[in-house]
Amino acid sequence: MIIRFWRVSFRVDMRTAAVCLCMVAATLVVGVFAISTGDYHIPLGEVVRTLLGGGTRSTYFIIETLRLPRVLTAILVGAALGVSGAIFQSLSRNPLGSPDIIGFTTGAATGAVLEILVFHGSTQAIALGAIVGGVATALVVYLLAFKRGVQGYRLILIGIGISAMLASVNSYLLTRANIDDAETAQVWLTGSLNGRGWEHVRPISIALAVLLPAAFLLGRQMRMLEMGDDAAQALGVRAERARLQLLLVGVALTGVAVAAAGPITFVALAAPQLARRLTHAPGVGLLSSALMGMFLLSLSDYAAQRVFPSVQLPVGVATGAVGGVYLAWLLAHEWRSGRA
Amino acid sequence: MPDRLYGVDLTLAYDQRVVASGLDVSIPDNSFTVIVGPNACGKSTLLRALSRMLKPRQGAVYLDSEVITSRPSKEVARRLGLLPQTSIAPDGITVADLVARGRYPHQRLLRQWSHDDEEMVTQALAATNITDLADRFVDELSGGQRQRVWLAMVLAQQTDLLLLDEPTTFLDIAHQVEVLDLCAELHESRGHTLVAVLHDLNHACRYATHLIAMREGAIVAQGRPAEIVNASLVEEVFGPACRVIPDPETDTPLVVPLRRRAPVVS
Repeated sequence: MIIRFWRVSFRVDMRTAAVCLCMVAATLVVGVFAISTGDYHIPLGEVVRTLLGGGTRSTYFIIETLRLPRVLTAILVGAALGVSGAIFQSLSRNPLGSPDIIGFTTGAATGAVLEILVFHGSTQAIALGAIVGGVATALVVYLLAFKRGVQGYRLILIGIGISAMLASVNSYLLTRANIDDAETAQVWLTGSLNGRGWEHVRPISIALAVLLPAAFLLGRQMRMLEMGDDAAQALGVRAERARLQLLLVGVALTGVAVAAAGPITFVALAAPQLARRLTHAPGVGLLSSALMGMFLLSLSDYAAQRVFPSVQLPVGVATGAVGGVYLAWLLAHEWRSGRA
Repeated sequence: MPDRLYGVDLTLAYDQRVVASGLDVSIPDNSFTVIVGPNACGKSTLLRALSRMLKPRQGAVYLDSEVITSRPSKEVARRLGLLPQTSIAPDGITVADLVARGRYPHQRLLRQWSHDDEEMVTQALAATNITDLADRFVDELSGGQRQRVWLAMVLAQQTDLLLLDEPTTFLDIAHQVEVLDLCAELHESRGHTLVAVLHDLNHACRYATHLIAMREGAIVAQGRPAEIVNASLVEEVFGPACRVIPDPETDTPLVVPLRRRAPVVS
């Protein structure tokens, strides 16, 4: 479908638009269900009424202070992870290219763990540590992978190596800390949305308000880069500069996501590919990956809270379990189609 | 009046390896120029420098009397198109979508699919005879078809100058002739200036209006194939002794290598 008015024109793929709308609807449905669950069950109708402005004072209190910020954090972190995963998979031209595999997520975790165990920092300091850790790791990986430009495979291989090293650093720090700190750090390392309040929603909203438009602005250049540096440059793209800008946005998104909810695995890996399979689009799409990430994380958090009636699992456990199955399926699928 | 595309005193190098130095080259306007030479003589390097993909260590390449790297890359892309040796077709992309990507230099953030874009893509598909393939997936196509798709993408870019880096190297003879015939038609009836790097000397002689023969980073000879191609040039540039006879089909030089030794079985 072509949209044209005045001097504005662009094409919209009908299937992609339909899939995106469905995912928004699905996320809203999951969100409403998630808000209704918990120690104090709120019926669905009551939830919708309260969200729209009505409802009793007690339901309003529970929803507004406890449930809504958690659901919003899940949605925003999911979007950040989805877009960041799409950027890295596009740049590395590989469905395995994802910030959790390339080491940025692990690096962000290292930064946060250092804050928790060594500096005993506040919540803000931990979040800042995550962002600094992610960016520092990205810088190291980029510099090591740079050889007349950054090629996809080098980025992934070096990232995997750095990720392994940083994971052992995290483990080492845990062994050296006292048991209470180590427990705090371990819980944080799993990735969790427990106790997320407005103090988490606000910073990530501001960050996404800047980073997501930046990512979408770079989206066209990202698509050109998928054809190879030569073809992209022949069409007028400044390849290395575009790649660097995309990497910065991707790393920033990862850092912000880790700062808000800890290193949640597999959403960045799975969301872009799942979105692709639904939209049948060539390459990864930024918007569809963002929406799929939102949906996946909200669903995982809801499932993690409900699957064992007496225990509230951290969302990282759910994404890890589902993500593991997804990864196994992806590898089997690629192997069968002769591409692995 | 100088030609639109030329290079002055070029020193071209990759890291520490200098491929060419002090090179002067000019592409005659409205010509079908072919650059030939043995492996590693610098012909692809020269093409990359002419298309601004490689920045010369010394000297400069000029497009329309300005240093080519002084203009924004997107603007240059509206005047000069390049078909690189290797390009990657994204997974699951259709022919029409891939050709449409060639319109990128003409598009802006809010103007992503104008009437012109649509028109040029249709024309490019028609010119390369792949209109009936428009909805097929690129990864399903044969090598020859895929090369035509890439060529259509460069055509959709709507440039006067077209640079082609070994467009026929991985194709069988039928497809090689097909692509070269298409290039000849683009040159003759549509007035494009073409610069191609070709491996096959006979193809070069057949199709080029201007031939540039290189060896070890220097231009050994240039001019019309009928005027410059003879046995001593071939021996000087490539090595093997040969005979040069007129091609029975086109009257252009046809290079026939001499037999080295008598056949074992008669």
